[in-house]
Amino acid sequence: MNTIDLSKTPVRELNQRLHDLTPDTNERLWRITNLKGEHALAVGLTVPIEVEIDGHVGYYCAGMNKEAKVVITGHCGVGVAENIMSGEVRVKGNASQAAAASGHGGLVVIEGDASARCGISMKGVDIVVGGSVGHMSAFMGQSGSLVVCGDAGQSLGDSIYEARLYVQGSVESLGSDCIEKEMTPHHLAKLERLLSRAGIEADPRRFRRYGSARRLYSFHVDQAEQY
Amino acid sequence: MCGIVGLFLKKPELRPQLGAHLQTMLVGMTDRGPDSAGIAVYHRPVEANQCKLTTFHANPDYPWRKLGGQLAEALNAEVDVEIKANHAVITVGAAEGSARAWITRSHPEVRIMGYGQLMEVYKDMGLPADVARRYSLEGMEGSHAIGHTRMATESAVTTEHSHPFTAAPDMCLVHNGSLSNHNNLRKWLRRRGLEFETDNDSEVAARYFAYRLGEGATLAEALEAGLRDLDGFYTFTMGTRDGFAVLRDGIACKPAVLAETDDWVAMASEFRSLANLPGVEKANIWEPEPAVVYTWSLQEAA
Repeated sequence: MNTIDLSKTPVRELNQRLHDLTPDTNERLWRITNLKGEHALAVGLTVPIEVEIDGHVGYYCAGMNKEAKVVITGHCGVGVAENIMSGEVRVKGNASQAAAASGHGGLVVIEGDASARCGISMKGVDIVVGGSVGHMSAFMGQSGSLVVCGDAGQSLGDSIYEARLYVQGSVESLGSDCIEKEMTPHHLAKLERLLSRAGIEADPRRFRRYGSARRLYSFHVDQAEQY
Repeated sequence: MCGIVGLFLKKPELRPQLGAHLQTMLVGMTDRGPDSAGIAVYHRPVEANQCKLTTFHANPDYPWRKLGGQLAEALNAEVDVEIKANHAVITVGAAEGSARAWITRSHPEVRIMGYGQLMEVYKDMGLPADVARRYSLEGMEGSHAIGHTRMATESAVTTEHSHPFTAAPDMCLVHNGSLSNHNNLRKWLRRRGLEFETDNDSEVAARYFAYRLGEGATLAEALEAGLRDLDGFYTFTMGTRDGFAVLRDGIACKPAVLAETDDWVAMASEFRSLANLPGVEKANIWEPEPAVVYTWSLQEAA
């Protein structure tokens, strides 16, 4: 285990040390302490290491993550795991806005609440939120899944494409072109697997599923030449 | 861009450390606002028949004691003057309205930063750490305080354009964001007899809330009304005689984080400012929801 104390090591040096690791590295366990809410911790990782970030962090923690497993024990500022490609990012506290924004793959677990715009423009990432999400979550979601064990704020899934949304609690309002859909055995099995991967206990049968009605102009064949 | 911070102490034993904690929080927002900084501290209440005013003049050698003597003579009241850099805290044994009116009339070159019976307001140009040092923030005790660090984008770097803005006794406001209907709202308030000191949108918000409070609204009701009448982006933190409030617009573009323990409640634009508060590791930390009024009051905390 390598422990990096941020009261002694600057963030740039921390990130550089993590970037210099090769896929066959033996230094697979890292712990980061004394965070003081610093921004951009453990961003751009590309190798399968495990990083425990011990405390509360600032903006863009674990952004662009590939392969690595990052656990944040406290609260996260704006944009945790933004543009995640693969691997796993887990937040044990609450997260601020735009968690997992634009994520292409991998798994993001927020054990507490996420704020507005969770999973905005998601492109394949799977997101499991133990609590609730704020307004405009999964806006323009293109692919992947968002699981919300609590409630969803206004305009869930506005202008959504193919992403799948599962909410256990109430939905304040659905966004444009987002509708409730049937929970088939196929989706139930998918949801069960997502919850189990996230290690969050919930009964999948209590969730409702939402997705695209595919009625926005972008879905209409007459507009095909515009793209 | 701006940084805002607020600290409200629930536990009276912490009061001697208010200034020291607020200073750390303010300095933590230096990256968001290196041009000027301002603070409002609630402490050292004056007697019931007294008021205190925080005044400013750019000249560090301004003859405050002479002004104090004239004021004492004019109002036939006892006046005490405490000079801090280019500010002065003037305690007057008279009603706040008459003291303010005399200064405005007789010394229009002086700016009144804050007034009431508890609140002192200091704002100045420079790095937050320098401003805090200039006014000895670290040694200030008190129950609650708010602060602002400014990175000027729309108007000049001057003391006048710095926050907090005061619009009523012991009431002040810090703002991160920009209002889009401030011209109309200023006209609307002027028609109701309110006067303005700057062209700043945040001053409009401060006067709007003061107007609502003056109508008899509670702090929470005034903020609820603001959600209907203010258009634009805002995270506000407001201080009043016995309370502290946080409000964000419905879109919530401007950042905010709240943290609460049994001993204190704190807000900041970013967690960095909260990182050194005692017991923050175990605090409940969350992003305040858009269009939701958060208030804390000393009565509830007691």
